[in-house]
Amino acid sequence: MGRLFRLFGRRSNWALPYAVFLVIFVVLPLLLIVLYAFQDAEGNFTLENFVHFFNQPEVIRTFVYSVGIAFVTTAICLLLGYPAAYIMSRMRSNSAVIVVMLFILPMWINMLIRTMATVTLFDFLKMPLGQGALVFGMVYNYLPFMIYPIYNVLQKMDHNLIEAAEDLGAKPRQVFARVVLPLSMPGVMSGVMMVFLPTISTFALAEMLTLNKIRLFGTVIQENINNTMWNYGAALSFIMLIIIGITSIFTYRSKDGNLNDTGLI
Amino acid sequence: MVKSNYIIELTNVSKSFGDKVVLDDVSLSVKQGEFLTILGPSGCGKTTLLRLLAGFNTASEGEIRIGGEVVTDTPPHKRPVNTVFQRYALFPNYNVFDNIAFGLKLKGVERKQIETRVKRALKMVGMTDYEHRDVDSLSGGQQQRVAIARAIVNRPQVLLLDEPLAALDLKMRKDMQMELKEMHRSLGITFVYVTHDQEEALTLSDTIVVMSEGRIQQIGTPMDIYNEPCNSFVADFIGESNILNAVMVRDRLVRFMGKEFECVDTGFGEDVPVDVVIRPEDVYIIAQRSSAMFTGTVRSCTFKGVHYEMFVDTPDGYEIMIQDYNRFEVGTEVGMIVKPSDIHVMRKERVCNTLEGVMKDATHVEMLGGVFECTPAEGVEAGEKVRVEVDFGDVELTDDSSDGTVGGTIRFILYKGDRFHLTVRTEEGINIYADTHDVWEDLDEVGIKIRPQSLRISRMQ
Repeated sequence: MGRLFRLFGRRSNWALPYAVFLVIFVVLPLLLIVLYAFQDAEGNFTLENFVHFFNQPEVIRTFVYSVGIAFVTTAICLLLGYPAAYIMSRMRSNSAVIVVMLFILPMWINMLIRTMATVTLFDFLKMPLGQGALVFGMVYNYLPFMIYPIYNVLQKMDHNLIEAAEDLGAKPRQVFARVVLPLSMPGVMSGVMMVFLPTISTFALAEMLTLNKIRLFGTVIQENINNTMWNYGAALSFIMLIIIGITSIFTYRSKDGNLNDTGLI
Repeated sequence: MVKSNYIIELTNVSKSFGDKVVLDDVSLSVKQGEFLTILGPSGCGKTTLLRLLAGFNTASEGEIRIGGEVVTDTPPHKRPVNTVFQRYALFPNYNVFDNIAFGLKLKGVERKQIETRVKRALKMVGMTDYEHRDVDSLSGGQQQRVAIARAIVNRPQVLLLDEPLAALDLKMRKDMQMELKEMHRSLGITFVYVTHDQEEALTLSDTIVVMSEGRIQQIGTPMDIYNEPCNSFVADFIGESNILNAVMVRDRLVRFMGKEFECVDTGFGEDVPVDVVIRPEDVYIIAQRSSAMFTGTVRSCTFKGVHYEMFVDTPDGYEIMIQDYNRFEVGTEVGMIVKPSDIHVMRKERVCNTLEGVMKDATHVEMLGGVFECTPAEGVEAGEKVRVEVDFGDVELTDDSSDGTVGGTIRFILYKGDRFHLTVRTEEGINIYADTHDVWEDLDEVGIKIRPQSLRISRMQ
């Protein structure tokens, strides 16, 4: 008992349960992915999995297509989300809270249930499922992740800066272009990462919203793993991780690591 | 049209946020090239006044002219003024050069010229060679210099400064004060400076505007404001002072602390209640009591660097603050002398509380948001509007605001030598004034009680 007490008496030790969780469910699987990606079915070291990937134009096409869809989704989220966040940040605080709640509210419902509802809605409106429905569903699901970090940055922005710009002769449009927009970039970057990264790897949404007609990269990985092609699946996952890693470093670098200003990362 | 030589003219300007009146009928004219300071305690409306000049807020009523043109509703980017903010407000996404060049670039000034003007501005604020520094890497004082450079580089007609030195430490503040004064001289433009620091105002200004509760209390040169404060608020706010209740016996003769003193003021009338102000450095303290005008016992003596600050109790219960180069031991009996010209007489703003109320019935009157009991008043009927007078000494304050007939907050405390004169703001937003010997603190919540026989009720004229 005394030893247990001593163990948890130090505040730094409170992180221990999570550290254990982190090792078992995050670090270990990542290591396994890397390990599996460079092995064949018998456990010998090989680069065959990667060679296989580059010899399959169809899979490469799917990969490029997935990145394209993620890109379009992110762009639409940004176009819809930035103005929304901007308007919200200009509202009086109590009405802003309500609007923020309205945007967050859909996230209380499970993503799959929401997507099933989207499918039903498309059926009801006699609209075809497919690429359009897929983009709609992804924007619908990930829009809050774009709005919130941008809103957070805009809302915390020192109002004096805007007044200073006006005072120095900037018209409202110039205030936005020269002060508000550049200063909100950490929020935009954060939002882009929050939307772009998960949309690259999604497969459930694609399955439901296109009736399995469109396959995304996530779908390909899932199919391989389901068919016990562990090593090839791991290699594909590894490639995706590399892409995500590069994107993250790129967005992170672009603003001196100010991402923690957004309250999300 | 005759061009007026006032660069800024405010006529009957008022500003309210919701129900809260922040500026109440302010009129002010600023001469071209003047260093004008708006001075007052926090919440007096001084920053709002500056924001109206900059255009960040628009006046609810009244007219504002800058350089002869009406700018009451002009947006900030079209006004010939620039602002230095208290918290600098430098753009963190630009370096020092781009911050200062911000306004010039917007005006489309040529690149070459921008460079020379930014360099000159940097030189003026003593920050040569800092062009390429990140603003975040600068100290507070350096950031404020950049903020000043960013404003003056645009050659505004008026430079507005909102407590620009408040965030700096004392030493830096003193240096910057001198530099600002020098800058004002060499630029030749009008400075409007907002501060709550009376010493800063006295040091820097050509003209000081003292504000309180959204109104201008006094406008004058630093000398005028210090030597001839127009009311007890100004006297108390600017420098140290002894403020005492007095009666003007006749011209050049005033009675206070139970004695008559010669003074130099005239025109108040005979037997009129007034306030007198005596600055602590104007009271001469001597060991010899026979030739003194009044006597007392030294209660405390503190060394203040240049002088000693002493509090002397007089036999009839007054406390006088004195600053003198000579030290007198605590407990010493001393005599004091005041020159007639050092006794400043001020008209009292009021001699008793005058309130408006409505009779509920013969013995109750509703006022200040509560119902007070009163002695039966003659000739007034229930439902009638009445005027109620209460002497300051008859307003009782209680610790617990629920013990009083109505609750209130202490907004201003004035020490009158033998008593405190308090301004209490009721929940309804009406001021009631109370004299007390008890010690209260600013913003204390109190209850207000008045005995029935202390209410003097009369018909509204």
